[in-house]
Amino acid sequence: MATQGVTRRDILKSLAIGAVAGSVLQIIPAEAAEYVHQVVRKEKDASPGGKYAPKYFSARQYEMLTSLCDSIIPKDDRSGGAVEAGAPEFIDLLTSENEEYQLKLGGGLFWLDSFCTDRYDKAYLECAPEQRKEVLELIAYRKNAKQDPTLSQGVAFFAFLRQLTCDGFYTSKIGITDLQYIGNTSLREFPGCPPPTEA
Amino acid sequence: MPQVIRSPKTYDVCVIGSGAGGGMAAKILTEGGLSVALLEAGPPVNPEKDFKMFTWPYELPHRGVGVGGHAAENFGEFLAPNGAWTIEGEPYTSAPGANFQWFRSRIVGGRTNHWGRIALRFAPIDFRSYTRDGLGADWPISYEDLAPYYDKVESYIGVFGTKENVSSAPDGVFLPPPKPRCTELIVKKACDRLKIICIPSRLAILTRSVNGRQPCHYCGQCGRGCITGSNFSSSQVLIPPAMQTGKLTLITGAMAREVLVGKDGKAVGVSYIDKATRTEKRISARAVVLAASACESARLLLNSKSAQFPDGLANSSGTAGRYLTDSVGSDGWGVFPQLEKMPPHNHDGTGGMHMYMPWWKFDRTNDFPRGYHIEFGGGREMPGVGMFDHLCNHEEGYGLGLKQKARKVYGTTIGFAGRGEMVPNPDTYCEIDSDKVDRWGIPVLRFHFKWSEYELRQAKDMQEMFRAIVEMAGGQYMTKTDIDGQYPYGIREGGKIIHEVGTARMGADPKTSVLNGYCQAHDVKNIFIMDGAPLVTNPDKNPTLTIMALAWRASEYLLDEAKKGNL
Repeated sequence: MATQGVTRRDILKSLAIGAVAGSVLQIIPAEAAEYVHQVVRKEKDASPGGKYAPKYFSARQYEMLTSLCDSIIPKDDRSGGAVEAGAPEFIDLLTSENEEYQLKLGGGLFWLDSFCTDRYDKAYLECAPEQRKEVLELIAYRKNAKQDPTLSQGVAFFAFLRQLTCDGFYTSKIGITDLQYIGNTSLREFPGCPPPTEA
Repeated sequence: MPQVIRSPKTYDVCVIGSGAGGGMAAKILTEGGLSVALLEAGPPVNPEKDFKMFTWPYELPHRGVGVGGHAAENFGEFLAPNGAWTIEGEPYTSAPGANFQWFRSRIVGGRTNHWGRIALRFAPIDFRSYTRDGLGADWPISYEDLAPYYDKVESYIGVFGTKENVSSAPDGVFLPPPKPRCTELIVKKACDRLKIICIPSRLAILTRSVNGRQPCHYCGQCGRGCITGSNFSSSQVLIPPAMQTGKLTLITGAMAREVLVGKDGKAVGVSYIDKATRTEKRISARAVVLAASACESARLLLNSKSAQFPDGLANSSGTAGRYLTDSVGSDGWGVFPQLEKMPPHNHDGTGGMHMYMPWWKFDRTNDFPRGYHIEFGGGREMPGVGMFDHLCNHEEGYGLGLKQKARKVYGTTIGFAGRGEMVPNPDTYCEIDSDKVDRWGIPVLRFHFKWSEYELRQAKDMQEMFRAIVEMAGGQYMTKTDIDGQYPYGIREGGKIIHEVGTARMGADPKTSVLNGYCQAHDVKNIFIMDGAPLVTNPDKNPTLTIMALAWRASEYLLDEAKKGNL
């Protein structure tokens, strides 16, 4: 297999084709994204212990969000979980910029606390681990809402959060490594399809 | 009212738009010795800085979906169009029920920075469809007229492929194709058993060095723009040689408003808005090439009204904006358990498919006219936002079980995309909206769009074929489509396939067409249109290669006419 470790820098140096001369683009999203990236990093560095300061959620809500992300994709012996992968930060950032997310997630967290208070007389984070598990088992499946319509808002909230947590996890370095994706690199020849393995 | 600023110089030609057609015109015309002013509505592009080649999703805080996740519906952060179906301050409208989606790319090189690089020739029959089935119109030129220009374009830009002798998909000048991926071998085997033609694809990506451009490094990210220029884009392959002639003046941030006409009824230049200073400026030129994209060029003609041309410039036929088509698009996907056995490996390859299915049912009677091709892809691609939406919604749950399921299904899906020919119909066209202007004060387009039974039957056939292929390969077909509703058989909204063409078609008869066979306006001899607007039919071959072949041929004609003093 003719692979070659060419770095991004090597490629930039060896550019044969000149780009059109002219000023730097100002509208392309990369600029905005890199700017935000710097801002996030700075804020992280500035806050005590390098801890992320949530942009949208209150400290308490962010703690709930983090707990839920951890339940949705926990760490195991192969890789870290959604929290280590930065999913809560990603979700908070998008939510701070999107009113629909604010309703769905902010409202959803309120719903969850009210539900737990009605059921156990305690907010979600104060519930015992087995009580939290009981709640998650209820709102993690659509069929439960069919049997008990009072669950439907909770099921919709959890489905949305599950999707965002997967997005955050599987676009992180930890998540991409967990899937054993190989690529995003420079090859001299494309090797084609290897023979299958019997697992 | 600020003063209009006129350029002191008169250029030989003013070209509007720097994409596939405008870039080609700029190259051929400047190399032929003419001075060219090239207007581009967007900013310049700096590949090294702007293209996100090799960027991981986690290197962007929004992981590719943009601020608030909003870019997800508008092409995402990784691709390089600088625009998409919506552009702030530059709206368009749709007639009730039409919901046409108009893609604009405001940047030097236009859509060629991100396009799929699918470079297919039209077939001889595509120029004579009316003669065959009585629908639409024939072209005023034949395949034989265009074939030498297909040769030239392919040789210059670099296209990989193989000689196959399939009548619906003529062979060209090809570089060797890349090896197939695992997903492609599985589909190919199923197609062989179903007698569906499945062959190496034809993409404008270099598998060998061409004209000093480096060959592909197989990162699979052509859509993001290629920093090494190993695939074709106008910004990297056409504009630089035009620049080197010293004859090209590129003006960016220039939103064309109107083509200006002299007392003799000939074009004398172009009025445009300089976006940076928000002032109107004027370029004087002896000829004007519109290459702003099919609908944008039609908009320019229709907005260039005068006493001599009350219905818009070069529009005595009334056909400017008419005969709009997009490709028929319907998609589906399947799960292939045998892919679970593939060891982790680099599956990236070139951007896009290494194999595809050209139209294969040309030798029989079908219940719809014309045809479609099938593109497909999947497997162990770089993970991204949305990759596990189906898993989340279908399997539900949470915890280690969810994580383990994601490991199992990753890389086991293949998506299929049917792309077919739409026949022009009287309910599909664009016109000027009488009530609305954009932020530059230019009246906007209003779209009318309707799929006919022809296209719906084609989409139905696509869905049936996807299912047959997936099931023959031992997979499970996952897509469910409805017969009725907004998207019968999964047919996409008009404009979503981004192959909108036909809005200033060529023809032998000036009463039913805007242009002659050289893309020259019947009514105004020094106006040419060199984008998708001249296309008489929109066969199941993506239009870019044909746009470039037509532009090369029209530019040579323009040079010749200029030499003879006919402009």
